[in-house]
Amino acid sequence: MTARVAIRSVSKQFEAFTALSGVSLDIAAGEYIVLLGPSGCGKTTLLSILGGFLTPSSGTVEIGDKDVTELPPARRPTTTMFQDYALFPHMTVRDNVAFGPRMRGVGRAERRRKAEGLLKLVGLEGAAARKPSELSGGQRQRVALARALAVDPDVLLLDEPLGALDLKLRRQMQDELKAIQQRVGTTFVHVTHDQEEAMAIADRIVVMNRGRIEDVGPPADVYLRPRSHFAANFMGEINMIAGRLARIEGTRIGVETELGAFDLPGTALTAGPLALGAAVAVGIRPEAFRTPGEGAAPLGLGASRIVDCAFFGTHYRCHLAPDTAPGVTLVAHLPQAARPIAGGSVPLQLDATQVVVLPAPVDGG
Amino acid sequence: MRQDAPIKIGASWRRRTSLRADSLERTERRIAWVLVGPALLWTLAFFVVPFVVMALVSFATRSGKELLFWSLSNYAQFFEKSYLFKGLTVSLEITFTVTLVSVLLAYPLAWIIAERVPKRWQRLALLLAVLPFWTSYVVRSYSWLLVLAKNGIINQALLGMGLIAEPLELASTRTATVIGFVHFFVMLLTLTIYSNLVQLAPNYKRAAADLGANGLQVLWHVVLPLTRPGIMVGAFLTFVLCIGDYITPQILGGNNELGLPQIIMLQLGRRADFPLAAALSIVLMLVVTLAYLACARWLKMDRL
Amino acid sequence: MGKRLSSLLSAGYLVILYGFIFLPVVVLVLFSFQDGSLPIPPFNGPSLRWYENIFADRHLTSALANSLFVALGSAMVACVLGFLAAYALARFRLPGSALQRGLLVAPMTVSYLIVALGLLTCFNALGIPLSLWTVGIGHVVINLPLCFAIIYASMGAHQKTIERAARDLGANELQVMLLVSAPMLLPSILAAFFLSVTFSWDEFVIAFLLSRFDVTLPVEIWNLLRSGLSPRTNAIGSLVFLISVVLLALLEFTVFRRSAKS
Repeated sequence: MTARVAIRSVSKQFEAFTALSGVSLDIAAGEYIVLLGPSGCGKTTLLSILGGFLTPSSGTVEIGDKDVTELPPARRPTTTMFQDYALFPHMTVRDNVAFGPRMRGVGRAERRRKAEGLLKLVGLEGAAARKPSELSGGQRQRVALARALAVDPDVLLLDEPLGALDLKLRRQMQDELKAIQQRVGTTFVHVTHDQEEAMAIADRIVVMNRGRIEDVGPPADVYLRPRSHFAANFMGEINMIAGRLARIEGTRIGVETELGAFDLPGTALTAGPLALGAAVAVGIRPEAFRTPGEGAAPLGLGASRIVDCAFFGTHYRCHLAPDTAPGVTLVAHLPQAARPIAGGSVPLQLDATQVVVLPAPVDGG
Repeated sequence: MRQDAPIKIGASWRRRTSLRADSLERTERRIAWVLVGPALLWTLAFFVVPFVVMALVSFATRSGKELLFWSLSNYAQFFEKSYLFKGLTVSLEITFTVTLVSVLLAYPLAWIIAERVPKRWQRLALLLAVLPFWTSYVVRSYSWLLVLAKNGIINQALLGMGLIAEPLELASTRTATVIGFVHFFVMLLTLTIYSNLVQLAPNYKRAAADLGANGLQVLWHVVLPLTRPGIMVGAFLTFVLCIGDYITPQILGGNNELGLPQIIMLQLGRRADFPLAAALSIVLMLVVTLAYLACARWLKMDRL
Repeated sequence: MGKRLSSLLSAGYLVILYGFIFLPVVVLVLFSFQDGSLPIPPFNGPSLRWYENIFADRHLTSALANSLFVALGSAMVACVLGFLAAYALARFRLPGSALQRGLLVAPMTVSYLIVALGLLTCFNALGIPLSLWTVGIGHVVINLPLCFAIIYASMGAHQKTIERAARDLGANELQVMLLVSAPMLLPSILAAFFLSVTFSWDEFVIAFLLSRFDVTLPVEIWNLLRSGLSPRTNAIGSLVFLISVVLLALLEFTVFRRSAKS
């Protein structure tokens, strides 16, 4: 089963430390939401609040149409998949999965059937009679998933479920999680600090930092059009060039920077409209330089000197000093064919729609 | 450098380094023996040898001031003389009762302190629960004698409330011994069970609650099974300490029935029958060893 | 079950059990102030006469001193021997180390009665007179396994690297052991010492069987019991209890503070 989740102005205070302040979020039923952020950003706290293990200091949580803020975990339509899986070591895999239904009074034969059905769903058909200690990490994780789904929750909460797995297994599990979620249709809320993982599976990503939501949106939006400095930096490398909003004309804007003047579409202002003359930062991802001139709105930045470069397989990662502003260092990804050499010169071109303009950071960071 | 690569000059140099390594190891060994020696010697001289001597003496009989070897008469006496054998059965009955009652009383106490008492007060609550440990063991049993005496506080309270017409014979009975023991072991077991409970990963309980289990169900299905090994260890400790204890039954038990330790001590008093005392002690030790084997086997089967 | 009901039941159980646990202690302490000759209700008092009585009793005061002497002495010996043995077995490779460890721990597994009986048999056979020294020997036997086990268990890998660094800097074995390892292991050495003192201080059977004229406190209290119930016993018992609790509080504050700092 599935339901929507509404988080309204939730704050959580611990003694001297504020874990969450005024977080609001709407999750549609059946969505796969990823809470993404560095450790200490509050994502796990928020998940615990959704699960009922913590009560918010203020604010409410609704699941479906019900206010569940004060309800304990047992009475919420949520289940949590813990980071260490927390499989009951003294029970077999089947009994682990059947535990939830057993607590709800489901009869033995039916529980067995249900457990075995779920084990099949997660790809562990033959393991029903084994104990968790006999399984590998990846297998234990599937059991944990099956156990969580056995009670037909409306919302499944996953606390860094793939953290303990190696890279290859992690990629595989990401695909499987997504596939299972789409089959079952339950709303999934998944916590992670790995932005690649977030982009791989999320319908929408919620970027969090220091107890606040920095950005929300589908992966492509959050990556290509971040709405805050933190989100921009967290999702990947980005060049931030200081500048000033010099011109606003209808749907286009002009920004003056050390590198020169940029003529950009108004949609580049991802964080909302800014006043004329406001200090801004122009954000350009390194890979924006890879396909020069192929975009619909080519933007030339002049030539620049290659300070150094390293081959990364799919591209060259280079530090460039633009001729127009030699004091600025840009990080750029150049295509394999470019064969850049340190000391050489390369013209910089990119697509104007790949540029974002954000208000200048308050603390200069 | 490989040991087998043969280069003449190099070989003689290499031999010297491996010699050097050998002698280093030898001096290290010597140092180690010197360090561990005193402890080993002490244990051998003051534990192993006396133990062996005692075991040997158990196969002798006393004749005046002499010891006559070899004879199984002490062990035979144990099975023939009913009052000797009864000592063992009395001790076993009391010990099993005490172990059972103590575990049943201590587990809920430990659980309440671990789960229901706010974290800030847990340490204090635990400390209070075991504070009477710090009265001397002899004094503790004596205090129960005071409490259970004919004109002690319990009898006077019951009389005063009109619940009984005449004072109850509480002291100098098996019940008094059991109460005295249970008092001690409830404290011990609360400590061990509490530390067991606290070590349990909290996510197990959270997962169970998350899946719909209420407090009692979490306790029954998750906490109890996972803490069972710890309980077994505590129960075994209780068994061993209880069955070998002389003080509590001697103070509280009266003279009507004696446990095995008391009978052993009797042999040492006026009778000075060391061989019999030794034999009975060996019997006691065998019982404890049996209990240990049973417990070890049980723990192995219970291994998760 | 309502949360209210379960909290009520829990509180009730706590009260009943704490009552059971503290009942004898309350009776003990209360009637040590009895103004009368029987430590049973009714309570007349409070009076300090029994405390005066025990302080005037030379048997008791010397028994107390004896207990202290034996406890501290045997604990020190046990700690030193235990530390050396633990250091040797943890840091060096000796043949039969598993056997040695088993041997050193073995006395913990038998009843004190057997330890006492064995030693008594031997001392009698060898004509060695019983005294506080024989008690001390017995107490070292039961405390050595404890000291060894505690210190051995705390000699982990991370200390090994620090010791290696010390050796690297030129310290010889003795210096490493005394100047580097011992201070690092101080918490467990102190814990072992404290536990040994506690066990020895309160130990009855070995002290009873292996002493003759000079006795330790538990044996002296036992002798008191023979003369029937008296508030005198209450007084000495309460005094011992009070001293132990104060020591415990002191330890709690020093260890607590130290561990809180680290």
